[in-house]
Amino acid sequence: MSPATLQTILTAVKILLIVMVVPAIVGFVIVYAERRIMGFMQGRLGPNRVGPQGLLQGLADLVKLVTKEDLTPTRAEKVSHFLGPVLSVIPALTALALIPVGESIRIGGVETSLYVADVNVGLLFLLGITSIGVYGIILGGWASNNKFSLLGGLRSAAQLVSYEVPMGLSIVAVLLMSRSLSLVEIVRVQDRLHLWFIFPGLLSFFLYFVSGVAETNRNPFDLPEAESELVSGFNTEYSGIKFAFYFLGEYTAMIVVSSVAVTLFFGGWLAPFPHLLPGLRIVPGIVWFLIKVGFFIFCYIWFRSTFPRYRFDQLMNLGWKWLIPLSLVNIMVVAGCVLADTRHGRGLRGLGWVYTGFFILLFALSRLRRRLAAAEAR
Amino acid sequence: MSRTPEQDEADYFAARAKAAAALHNPPARTVEAPKTLFDVTEMELNFGPQHPSTHGVLRIILKVDGEKIVDAIPDVGYLHRGTEKLFETETYPMAIPHTDRMDYVAAATSNHAYCLTVEKLLGVEIPRRAQLIRVILDELQRISSHLVWLGTSGIDLGAVTPFWYCFREREQILDFFEEYCGARLTLNCMRIGGLPFDLTPRWAEAVRAFIDDFPKKIDDYETLLTDNRIWKKRTVGVGVISAEECVEWGLTGPVIRGSGVEWDLRRAQPYECYDELDFTVPTGKNGDTYDRYLVRIEEMRQSAKIIRQCLDRLEPGEIKGKVPRVIKPIAEEVYASVESPKGEIGFYLVSNGTNKPYRLHVRPPSFINLQALPRLARGHLVSDLVALIGTVDIVLGEVDR
Repeated sequence: MSPATLQTILTAVKILLIVMVVPAIVGFVIVYAERRIMGFMQGRLGPNRVGPQGLLQGLADLVKLVTKEDLTPTRAEKVSHFLGPVLSVIPALTALALIPVGESIRIGGVETSLYVADVNVGLLFLLGITSIGVYGIILGGWASNNKFSLLGGLRSAAQLVSYEVPMGLSIVAVLLMSRSLSLVEIVRVQDRLHLWFIFPGLLSFFLYFVSGVAETNRNPFDLPEAESELVSGFNTEYSGIKFAFYFLGEYTAMIVVSSVAVTLFFGGWLAPFPHLLPGLRIVPGIVWFLIKVGFFIFCYIWFRSTFPRYRFDQLMNLGWKWLIPLSLVNIMVVAGCVLADTRHGRGLRGLGWVYTGFFILLFALSRLRRRLAAAEAR
Repeated sequence: MSRTPEQDEADYFAARAKAAAALHNPPARTVEAPKTLFDVTEMELNFGPQHPSTHGVLRIILKVDGEKIVDAIPDVGYLHRGTEKLFETETYPMAIPHTDRMDYVAAATSNHAYCLTVEKLLGVEIPRRAQLIRVILDELQRISSHLVWLGTSGIDLGAVTPFWYCFREREQILDFFEEYCGARLTLNCMRIGGLPFDLTPRWAEAVRAFIDDFPKKIDDYETLLTDNRIWKKRTVGVGVISAEECVEWGLTGPVIRGSGVEWDLRRAQPYECYDELDFTVPTGKNGDTYDRYLVRIEEMRQSAKIIRQCLDRLEPGEIKGKVPRVIKPIAEEVYASVESPKGEIGFYLVSNGTNKPYRLHVRPPSFINLQALPRLARGHLVSDLVALIGTVDIVLGEVDR
């Protein structure tokens, strides 16, 4: 077999992996983890009946969703009603193709990368493709011909469009640091500088992750589906496999946002502290990547069980009045630090130290405040 | 000029035919086409009766401009069971279980208010032990009702976790009720003139242990909500109502106290042994959802304090006063009320000297507090409406009766 053919086959395999494995991970691992972790946080058990420790709950859910009758309301816009869930899954899965999960490996004498495509405008492509996912929700909400769904769709339209902006702007700061749009290259730059961008980019990361949570419609920004207000909003009229698609789309989007956060700020597949703990390099990069992504997924779950929901106008205020100005300031600051030392990134390191100190100070202050409040209460 | 029956009949059938024709061929509705696409600003939204946040079968007809509420008209009656009429067909003691089913989240206070009304009519003296136990039951019920309120209104605003904590503690209270009277929700735990059962010492000890532990649990809920920025954003300044307006609307309970009026029947018109107990009536300042939240949280702490005092005062004794076997009060009209977790629940009883009430009217706090909902909701957003339904704290069983 010629290397070219093998290469093609490998790419096909990788694509298949994304299309097959990610839904499986979503169904079995993330949903299970979410329900068990939330159960733990809320003093209850979570699913523990299907299979050992409830591990097969995902399978049961899958069977239920697939065999359930797929209803389309009589007065719904049929085509859009069908397109909605499809449009929310496909962009999310496509975005995954760009995420590098590790360094290249050799299979059968052919070197293959652990990503489907290294697009040189990767980040732009990513932003573009994920914003198509918005249409899925808007279409679904509108096509259902249900007032609650319509409100959900409208909310998501406004929300997602507003939060694209701070998300894009927060990524600009990373671009300034890495001087590349390619996700693979961004990780390599972090390796070369021995500096994860989380340190100089603490603010960018904060902005990115907040916008990311808003983009994926998760707590505390889950307004489009606000269960207690809009009765699941845009997906009220969906059942069976179409509902499963929305579900899949949402969770895949969570994976995408987490993976991009890991790639941009947490050194992708790199092991932490290469100087202090060189032993950690033995662990393959893909494991590091998965651990990091898992952590962010955990954060999502954590948020969900902790925060109340924002109100629509407050959400808009937060986005336009806080996140966007902050991200503009952030770009200026990072740009200045990049210019200070273009060769070794000393400016960035300095910014990293400033942020770290600031973070520790903030943490200490909040602990102190809590301690004082407790003492006062006593 | 007199009309013959035939004429009447003919008129009747003519009218019927006309009505039937109208029904089958409705006149074409004249829909005025909007001048431009953007002229349409109002949308009518049916909020309920099947909606997770209406806390039952409340239907609210919403007129919304985008997400802004132009008008909110509550439509009640989906749970109407004719309880007040039922009262008239049954003897005085038989009415007690029906009062359970009004405010099913707080059955003990409904029982209490009804028993108090009949006792006032009969002029029965209630033994001290019975008084204390009644107060204990009332306050346990207040805690459990406020726990339901806290959990559900948390969920309304998207905070799911407090719900589970609240229901964990409520479960314990329901277990206490079950051990006391065998029922968990529809307690039927009071009798005219006293109580059906005495307490066991073990029960009192278990309640004491729970009460000692409970303030810490409240701290837990508060860590999740009280200082939470999002929680504050969602509740501070939402649904503000002034003290004067509260009085005008006839609002009672935590709603009026949240607006700064120290109006609590346990203080204002002490019944049973409340006048000798030491507790404060928490009040708010701004009359918004957040203040009402703080008032209810503090009320739970005060209830725990009251229960502890009552347990300390318990001494062996009678649990039922001298009540005739057949209750046949004199023909008289009487009103008595207690402070339920939702506000003033009162019974207006008209007796005609038989063993059944001639008329028994209920003053349900949920129903009267619900009236203010349109006033509270106007101008807010749809998301606030669920917060407001939560903060008014209604139980549809009591609203509709």
